[in-house]
Amino acid sequence: MSTQLPKQTEESSETETETEPAVASKGDDRRAEKRRRADEKRRQRQAEEAEKAAADEETVELKVFRYDPEVEGKQEPRFDTFHVPFTKGMTVLDALMYSRDTYDSSLTFRHSCRQAICGSDAMFVNGGQKLACKTQISDLDQPIRVEPLPHADVTKDLVVDLEHFYDQMEAVEPYFQTNDLPDGELEEQRQTRENREKVKMSTRCIWCSACMSSCNIAAGDNEYLGPAAINKAYRFAMDEREGEDIKQKRLEIIEQEHGVWRCQTQFSCTEVCPKDIPLTEHIQELKREAVKNNLKFW
Amino acid sequence: MSQSYNRGLIEDFSRWREFEAGMWAWIFHKFTGWVLIGYLFTHIAVLSTGIPAAGASEAALMAGEDVYTQTIVTLEGLLLVRILEVGLLAVAVFHMLNGTRLLLVDLGVGLEAQDKSFYASLILTGAITVASVPTFIAGAF
Repeated sequence: MSTQLPKQTEESSETETETEPAVASKGDDRRAEKRRRADEKRRQRQAEEAEKAAADEETVELKVFRYDPEVEGKQEPRFDTFHVPFTKGMTVLDALMYSRDTYDSSLTFRHSCRQAICGSDAMFVNGGQKLACKTQISDLDQPIRVEPLPHADVTKDLVVDLEHFYDQMEAVEPYFQTNDLPDGELEEQRQTRENREKVKMSTRCIWCSACMSSCNIAAGDNEYLGPAAINKAYRFAMDEREGEDIKQKRLEIIEQEHGVWRCQTQFSCTEVCPKDIPLTEHIQELKREAVKNNLKFW
Repeated sequence: MSQSYNRGLIEDFSRWREFEAGMWAWIFHKFTGWVLIGYLFTHIAVLSTGIPAAGASEAALMAGEDVYTQTIVTLEGLLLVRILEVGLLAVAVFHMLNGTRLLLVDLGVGLEAQDKSFYASLILTGAITVASVPTFIAGAF
């Protein structure tokens, strides 16, 4: 549906059938082969383009950020334009994959599940942090500009270094901890429905880093935990099964100087979150929890 | 998370275009806050002329010839000051209204309507500012 798979297999089978048995020296043969393949590819592409122009197919104009520190000619960031035939239901990721498969195999971006679950393909599309696989081409103004996430080191093309983001996520200990285990060894650790409802939205985080990239505060303060990490902390701090002392430990992490108090309620994270997690709401609730935790009336 | 290279104006512009309500509210709040702090200093400077004026003779005070009255009269005589006063009111009203909005946000009230409350405070600020124009500008021209 989304990768133009049928066309791809057709192409590869064509090239396979046309390979001839080697006669001349190995190097010559390989070079000739290479040249022939390149020729063929070019012809194929041109034919494709001509066909497209003849059919007057609806195409999408994609302006994609390109940068490759390892190739001398590509060290200067630039935008490449790709014209992709539009198909109904096409997402930005589909268009990128088509561009990579058809025009430039060096176009680099992360993607995996293609259904907004893995969180690999958060990008800066038309000036907003979006999940490429969840963003319909038909919803966007053209030309569509695709850039890597802002406020992160770009490794290559649309790939950014997320190491810092993961560090922040780890910092809040994003895993279930408890001191009171149920009696039986195979007993389930049950949660009330109300409590599950409370943490429901916060469990949806897919670690895509869109919120972190959109956050103005996180951009200026490297130590700030960031919306995603605080949301993770919320998910566990609000989980009643963890018990009081673990919650205390979690609150101590989030109420540090670069924890929840850095949030200035700009709502950028909430706007960009592809899973619609009310991040600001969760941060605000943790702020209130932190205050309540430290206020003592006696 | 610094950038490994300068993406230049491309990035700044595109982000500027994509600001959402909450971000605008934050920017305006910061801006109006700084303006109010700046005003606070001029306010103190002008009011401080009352200290030497307090030592002036009864007659000078009655005649309005003391330094404080003179300062106020001179300032109010300037068209620029009259216009700036309208601006000051706008700034102060927005800061108050958005401050109330932020209080509600901190209390976790109406977070889904945060953009609407920002627009509401903008509109209300505009209305109050327009309504204040006759008072501030009267007799300035």
